[in-house]
Amino acid sequence: MIILTGNDLETGDVVWWTGSGWSRRVADAAFVEPGEGPEQAAGIMHREMTSRAVNGAYEVDAEDGEQGPVPSHIKERMRAAGPSVRPDLGVQAEG
Amino acid sequence: MATMYQYDQYDQQMVDARVAEFRDQVDRRLSGELTEEQFTPLRLMNGLYLQLHAYMLRVAVPYGTLSSQQMRMLAEIARKYDKGYGHFTTRQNIQYNWIQLKDAPDILDDLATVEMHAIQTSGNCIRNISSDQYAGVAADEVCDPRPYAELLRQWSSFHPEFSFLPRKFKIAVIASPGDRAAMRLHDIGIEMVRSEAGELGAKFFAGGGMGRTPMIAPCVREFVPVDELVSYSEAILRVYNRWGRRDNKYKARIKILVHETGADEFRRQVEEEYERMQPLDLDPPRAELERIEAFFAPPAYERLEDGYDTDDPDFRLWAQANVTAHKVPGYAAAAISLKPVGGIPGDASAEQMDIVADLAQRYSLDEVRVTHAQNLILPNVKQADLHALWQELEAAGLGTPNLDLASDIIACPGLDYCSLANARSIPVAQKLSQRLSGRERDLGELKIKISGCINACGHHHAGHIGILGVDRKGVENYQLLLGGSGAEDVSLAKITGPGFDEDGVVDAVETVTNLYLEQREEGERFVDTYRRLGMAPFKEALYG
Repeated sequence: MIILTGNDLETGDVVWWTGSGWSRRVADAAFVEPGEGPEQAAGIMHREMTSRAVNGAYEVDAEDGEQGPVPSHIKERMRAAGPSVRPDLGVQAEG
Repeated sequence: MATMYQYDQYDQQMVDARVAEFRDQVDRRLSGELTEEQFTPLRLMNGLYLQLHAYMLRVAVPYGTLSSQQMRMLAEIARKYDKGYGHFTTRQNIQYNWIQLKDAPDILDDLATVEMHAIQTSGNCIRNISSDQYAGVAADEVCDPRPYAELLRQWSSFHPEFSFLPRKFKIAVIASPGDRAAMRLHDIGIEMVRSEAGELGAKFFAGGGMGRTPMIAPCVREFVPVDELVSYSEAILRVYNRWGRRDNKYKARIKILVHETGADEFRRQVEEEYERMQPLDLDPPRAELERIEAFFAPPAYERLEDGYDTDDPDFRLWAQANVTAHKVPGYAAAAISLKPVGGIPGDASAEQMDIVADLAQRYSLDEVRVTHAQNLILPNVKQADLHALWQELEAAGLGTPNLDLASDIIACPGLDYCSLANARSIPVAQKLSQRLSGRERDLGELKIKISGCINACGHHHAGHIGILGVDRKGVENYQLLLGGSGAEDVSLAKITGPGFDEDGVVDAVETVTNLYLEQREEGERFVDTYRRLGMAPFKEALYG
């Protein structure tokens, strides 16, 4: 399954597509279908990057976890949480 | 005032103009006038990356020299625009991990007020020129290498011919037979030397590097007169710019060109280019070199005697590990370890940076150096002040007595921060330092270097013990390497065999150090024992 991520253009924060906007919490992410259509992955990313709602959007493989989507790869889990060596920083520090 | 280059009006105008230009570019990106594709090369030219968690700004510290005023500004930036800390890197620079795009022009403006910038800390250009952290004070140097590093910094800044090289380009300048800058692992390595007649000049090496294809740079010329450093460097760059591959980024560094061309043929081409360039008279007049050299004239040292009291056993431990001889009697260079046991290598909080700035002002004639091993140096401390300095460092959590010992580990940011990384480096460094610190004095000099990917920012090829993090089907895995060195006994480490998981590689390092303790002969460091015994017994100990 696929979720979408990118960075906030102004702040650089890691953000995730929720179906209606972008959230800093991966648990808010919505699964999307691949494809070019307006509500499919490529269509959403194109629209959102063109309007500068997000920067550098791309697709991420994810699984459905108890709290919501969980990225499959450690790199994306790290992006979602913050550095493992600084639990006081990033989204992980916000509880 | 610190012994360092001071901007003239042209330097300041160049930097100020670049900040204004970048402010306009950021505004145009935020307003949508520039696409990300258009903007990316512009921000990279100003050291601004988009990393794993946020924008990352890499600030240049030319040849690792800072004044206390500059260090205070680095602290202020960490506090005002980041999350209260910075990370000192293996190119003697500092990186901030949590920068916002809208703040970047203001940060560069602030840096410009203390004669600093982030220009050419990214991109396929000549990067920050590195040097010996003990430049100017080392007992074994033939001269202070920094005036020549500064000359090359000025030559290479905004050099139009070398702004779009096939790949990034790194230069190191040293002036000692002892290599504390991994000089031969650079695209160009320059060792200042004196001829038999006593004339100052430079020995040039080219084609070294780490990354996915590590190479030790061969010598391309034994002696270049000191007033021809620019033209000889330019000759090397021209040959590289002409023939370096642009079709494959993995084969684009000069090391590949030198290797594939052959050192003799490469040397011939450089010499031919050098000859052709002579009528162009590219080198600056002697007066310009003297103008730069004057900034690095030795400060007003007092006449002092060598010797200081080491009755305090904890102080003695620190002094033995972290204090280095100075060429002026009664002075010493003191290392501030940024490797607390279990800590993050190279990180310093804003408060610690302020403390270091204050200590530099009071104890070190206003100077701080950044080392490629991610530590700091106070280069001009009176030996009589060492105990008081140590007490203040201890109080600030900066008194770890471990320079060049097992817990003084180089580690790249790895997967905790870097979008290129395949595995985390920092947690491995933390576990290793906790595991080995208790017996590191017995282990003696041991350089452990960890990279989280093949790009080798953690210099794993040059580690007595190197660790390379790889991605094995989505799981972090660590290859172990032995026998590297970035010093004057330069060598490339070799992989022991199959990799390990995070805890497994910590155990593996302990295993090889145990074998060293069993097998070492009098006076041998780990790397000496490895070189004498070869890989076989270490492999046997690791894999049975």
